[in-house]
Amino acid sequence: MTDTTTAPTTTEMGYQPVDGRLLEVEDLFVEFSTDDGVAKAINGVSFELDQGESLAILGESGSGKSVTAQAIMGILDMPPASIPSGHIRYCGQDLLTMPEEQRRKTRGPEIAMIFQDALSSLNPVFPVGWQIAEMFRQHRGMNKSDALEQAVRLMERVSIPGARQRVKAYPHQFSGGMRQRIMIAMAIALDPAVLIADEPTTALDVTVQAQIMALLQELQEERKMGLILITHDLGVVADVADRAVVMYAGRLVEKSDVFDLYGNPAHPYTEGLIDSIPRLDQKGGTLNAIGGLPPNLMRIPPGCPFNPRCRRAQDRCRTEVPELREVAPGRFSACHFAEEVLNG
Amino acid sequence: MTDTADTGLRTTGPEAPETVTTPGAEAEKPRSLGADARRQLAKNPLFWISATLITLFVLMAVWPSLFTNTDPTEAILQESRQLPNADAWFGRDIQGYDVYARTIYGARASILVGVFTTTFTVLVGGAIGVIAAYSGGWVDSLVSRVTDIFFAIPFILGAILFMSALSGSLTSYFGVIFKVVLALTIFGWPSLARLMRSSVFQVLPNDYVQAARALGASPWRIVRSHIIPNAMGPMIVVATINLGAYIAAEATLSFLGIGLQPPVISWGVMINDAIVGLRTTPHMLLFPSAFLSLTVLAFIMLGDAVRDAYDPKTR
Repeated sequence: MTDTTTAPTTTEMGYQPVDGRLLEVEDLFVEFSTDDGVAKAINGVSFELDQGESLAILGESGSGKSVTAQAIMGILDMPPASIPSGHIRYCGQDLLTMPEEQRRKTRGPEIAMIFQDALSSLNPVFPVGWQIAEMFRQHRGMNKSDALEQAVRLMERVSIPGARQRVKAYPHQFSGGMRQRIMIAMAIALDPAVLIADEPTTALDVTVQAQIMALLQELQEERKMGLILITHDLGVVADVADRAVVMYAGRLVEKSDVFDLYGNPAHPYTEGLIDSIPRLDQKGGTLNAIGGLPPNLMRIPPGCPFNPRCRRAQDRCRTEVPELREVAPGRFSACHFAEEVLNG
Repeated sequence: MTDTADTGLRTTGPEAPETVTTPGAEAEKPRSLGADARRQLAKNPLFWISATLITLFVLMAVWPSLFTNTDPTEAILQESRQLPNADAWFGRDIQGYDVYARTIYGARASILVGVFTTTFTVLVGGAIGVIAAYSGGWVDSLVSRVTDIFFAIPFILGAILFMSALSGSLTSYFGVIFKVVLALTIFGWPSLARLMRSSVFQVLPNDYVQAARALGASPWRIVRSHIIPNAMGPMIVVATINLGAYIAAEATLSFLGIGLQPPVISWGVMINDAIVGLRTTPHMLLFPSAFLSLTVLAFIMLGDAVRDAYDPKTR
């Protein structure tokens, strides 16, 4: 666990990143069949993640952020979910065509995930130390006492005070922030190459949010992990992420460096999101929220899915679906008028 | 390293109420759901009453000679139907058997039937319920329909049919008990399977099951470590209550003459024998019935106490 200061060339289970590329999602589609029809949750999403990089996936509820994460992890319930097309490549190997048993073994040592609500993500009937230790017993065949010793070390690493004494405590005896730390300890236990954090701080209060983000960032730098940070909170990612993709109605609407994205958005939706962040210098008055609601995924409007809420919408937007295109070096936007948005 | 220490210090700030107030964090005993439940049980008088009664009945079943020196198969015909007296505390029955001795010896059959039927219904019903709920899809549909079919057969009627179909075979003491246990298990597992299925459905969508999958747990490990321990509560409660019901069902079958049969001594058999003197010598009926009711009551009380302890909604 100490040789992670430099980016490893092969991962735990012998997967080899291709040119430092860990994960590649290509033209992914996910649908849910429900009694009322087919909900198109993800409609052609592509992005990639390199070693040591943090990528933020931004978007409001129902935009497909969490479904993307679950599709990468392979924990979607199928049915009702199905993946009609697309590829998810981990170190060049397509996870979607991999046999389930082989894929299961990548979860934990290769790709791990942290969930939104740490209280419900921990099994209430077992001590936390036991749950962390289980990772080692299960994947590394360690004996009980060695595994527990490792669990204590991990708990210390994620800064749980009195780790040795608290290793036998149960999840409900910890505060929200501490539980999320334990969840993080479990996720990083096997030194994964990719860590997906699905809204890791939503259930926590603001001061604790900052600590958890700091911890994640620290661990990511220390272990050169690829980090995917899923959030609807733009403030949270600004410090941590290198790049960001913005999702809307199951599509990527913008993909860019985080600083460019914040400084000068290239899509009206991103623009709206950034305008709606409360500012210190803007006392009183109302927040500039984006009007309307995200579309029903069973009836995504024709043309650009954002057109009913977009203040720049023209006739063209109602008929023609904008493709994600490079509008400036390293900046992608799915808007017919991206250049105008960028410049104004 | 300083960075780590720094975060360590910072964490204690806003989270102080929970993490630092305990001067001896090691002194604070970790409390699990199970430990909480045990604590709750220890405070419940109902639990102690039922536990005492059950201990008493179990002792009777294991060492009947602790309670009586009389041979329960010693028939003194000239003292037939004698009322309770100093020599025979509960009187004698129509064959001149000592009712007290037979009541004591009868506990064994009842407890054996109750305990084994409960064990088997829990194992069979629980396993089937978990399999149905965890597999889902057509497995679940199939298992649920089979459960429904068994449910449609009246419990006692089914057991009667089963027992009469097997009336010729397995006539030894344990053979007969085994038959009764089998009959009660065959018609008793569906209720537990249904219960387990529904509690597994409640556990499945929990994030910790998802989290376990996301961290690479195998299906078997998910079932064993995450689903079963969290779905057991309702089953423990119902199984405890059912234990009493199975003892009563055994007595019913024996009373109807198709469960345990003489020479096996059981409360059901004794109640059956007592019917001849229902009006003239009710003591023959009273004592075995009273013991039977008390045992059933004890288990149901225990079930209640266990339910109160395990059900977080009653706290």
